Amino acid sequence: MTQAEIKLCSLLLQEHFGEIVEKIGVHLIRTGSQPLRVIAHDTGTSLDQVKKALCVLVQHNLVSYQVHKRGVVEYEAQCSRVLRMLRYPRYIYTTKTLYSDTGELIVEELLLNGKLTMSAVVKKVADRLTETMEDGKTMDYAEVSNTFVRLADTHFVQRCPSVPTTENSDPGPPPPAPTLVINEKDMYLVPKLSLIGKGKRRRSSDEDAAGEPKAKRPKYTTDNKEPIPDDGIYWQANLDRFHQHFRDQAIVSAVANRMDQTSSEIVRTMLRMSEITTSSSAPFTQPLSSNELEFVGKSGDSGGGMYVINLHKALASLATATLESVVQERFGSRCARIFRLVLQKKHIEQKQVEDFAMIPAKEAKDMLYKMLSENFMSLQEIPKTPDHAPSRTFYLYTVNILSAARMLLHRCYKSIANLIERRQFETKENKRLLEKSQRVEAIIASMQATGAEEAQLQEIEEMITAPERQQLETLKRNVNKLDASEIQVDETIFLLESYIECTMKRQ
Amino acid sequence: MAGNKGRGRAAYTFNIEAVGFSKGEKLPDVVLKPPPLFPDTDYKPVPLKTGEGEEYMLALKQELRETMKRMPYFIETPEERQDIERYSKRYMKVYKEEWIPDWRRLPREMMPRNKCKKGPKPKKAKDAGKGTPLTNTEDVLKKMEELEKRGDGEKSDEENEEKEGSKEKSKEGDDDDDDDAAEQEEYDEEEQEEENDYINSYFEDGDDFGADSDDNMDEATY
Repeated sequence: MTQAEIKLCSLLLQEHFGEIVEKIGVHLIRTGSQPLRVIAHDTGTSLDQVKKALCVLVQHNLVSYQVHKRGVVEYEAQCSRVLRMLRYPRYIYTTKTLYSDTGELIVEELLLNGKLTMSAVVKKVADRLTETMEDGKTMDYAEVSNTFVRLADTHFVQRCPSVPTTENSDPGPPPPAPTLVINEKDMYLVPKLSLIGKGKRRRSSDEDAAGEPKAKRPKYTTDNKEPIPDDGIYWQANLDRFHQHFRDQAIVSAVANRMDQTSSEIVRTMLRMSEITTSSSAPFTQPLSSNELEFVGKSGDSGGGMYVINLHKALASLATATLESVVQERFGSRCARIFRLVLQKKHIEQKQVEDFAMIPAKEAKDMLYKMLSENFMSLQEIPKTPDHAPSRTFYLYTVNILSAARMLLHRCYKSIANLIERRQFETKENKRLLEKSQRVEAIIASMQATGAEEAQLQEIEEMITAPERQQLETLKRNVNKLDASEIQVDETIFLLESYIECTMKRQ
Repeated sequence: MAGNKGRGRAAYTFNIEAVGFSKGEKLPDVVLKPPPLFPDTDYKPVPLKTGEGEEYMLALKQELRETMKRMPYFIETPEERQDIERYSKRYMKVYKEEWIPDWRRLPREMMPRNKCKKGPKPKKAKDAGKGTPLTNTEDVLKKMEELEKRGDGEKSDEENEEKEGSKEKSKEGDDDDDDDAAEQEEYDEEEQEEENDYINSYFEDGDDFGADSDDNMDEATY
């Protein structure tokens, strides 16, 4: 794990889970797999706190454990999974576009809690939806369950590996840690539950919620004595499936940009038909019959022609487009022209660059060296003589897309870490002002609850002066800008990571 | 040989003209300091994407950040004492639900060992208490311990160790889901302990201040 990645993980963990969890998590990412006592000793935190932190991390699928010989349990952190936390808003928004508010809340609850049983999810989501509905209406559990089932069918949520049910008891002591297994077939199998009920509105001191029979209420309170029917069956969000969806979206929009709308529709249909049958990292989709396009290659003639979408090629061209646009924005359009030229010709000498790109020699040299120093390009030496004398060697410029993509990815991690740090700095700088405005809001809210006059409220509001208000406005604008930038850099990260993963699988 | 232009003079091993400098001596100065921290860029960055989707995601992100802080998974570091107790802090206190993981899915060593705080296990609790970061009432506790050791015995011991247990609990995070009334009592006691300067063990429990003094008093008060 590179330093930039570790730094980013540390910032993310700290923002979402607090400092103790961050310390343990970063330590595990840095040092790999370790048992409990060693972690406590190395980080200098108490055993109790380490246990709590690990519980939280395991719950959120960020840390996994394994039983080694002699009963020692070792914990390992998944760095890449921690980086996925940047993408949570995108996952939730995508579900919203596909399955509307109900689906959105289901995925949100699953992401916030790591893993949940289906009944717990349904209950929480129904309660939340009921809150937003008008008075007197409640959300039925059945509707939420339906959406859940649809999400499971399209593989957006999947079952977590569960504790194996052993019929016979072990003769010796139970193992120090359960080995969780999951059957491929069962991964999307929804348990048969009959969840009857409606969402509850949360009222502070009310006894009867809107129109609900009193008899039903004791059954769904937090400390229920009834056994949950699907106890032990936990569900989590299937991030790979989301990634597949994003990738398909990117390809479809790329095709729409290059060609016309109809071709993109064709590609979209092809992708959709193969959504579930293809695993997320296969380089080719299952062959289908359709028309011909750029990313599509022919793979047979049965059924009027079998066509395949070359996913690897599509991802490669997306990554290349990203690189090109980065060069253009950083160095100018002339540089971009040179870059595209070198890409096209694969290996090219400096003199030839000047000729082909039609750029004066001095400028061309300058730009080439600039790109070379930033590692967008590399030099390939071809010696003419066995002694490799520099005056008698060809130096060819070339672009290695994989390594350039890696370099850019590393830069992206660094930039997101910088963005987060800057946002935290801005918030800390204005902490006093923020706290003051929060206090004022709290006071106003409590006064409104107890019934206060307009004049009193205005007086309180004036506690915040006009320049302070402006400062708050500026702060809000800056923080919004930084947040939006984070989200967009994450999109680039996704593209580059997919490309790198796909290429590595091929080799 | 032709390549040697004389001793002490730098000779390039490659054709200098290829790099772009003529045969003259005018090379650019050597830079002796690190590059500037925020260099001027010739090209300004492209403006951010805006649109309904992006705005929604932005709002989501900020909301998620706030929500995460309120979840029971967010373990807070113990804060130092505030200088002034603010009135509005009462209204801004966030009540977190207790979260209990599914112990069947976790290794056995994860379960907290000293769960029973009421049981007569003074040694274990004391060890744990000493291990966790202690607040400034540490001296008070130590004094209490000493007094208790000489003093009443089981009941006060229990209380002592209850206090330590409750200290642990309050350090580990907000836990306002009080299941038993006893815990509520402990919390109040601790609050009282913090707010006044008197050592609580001054009046040992089990002793009845009024009764004692009444018994022992021979003279009237003035």
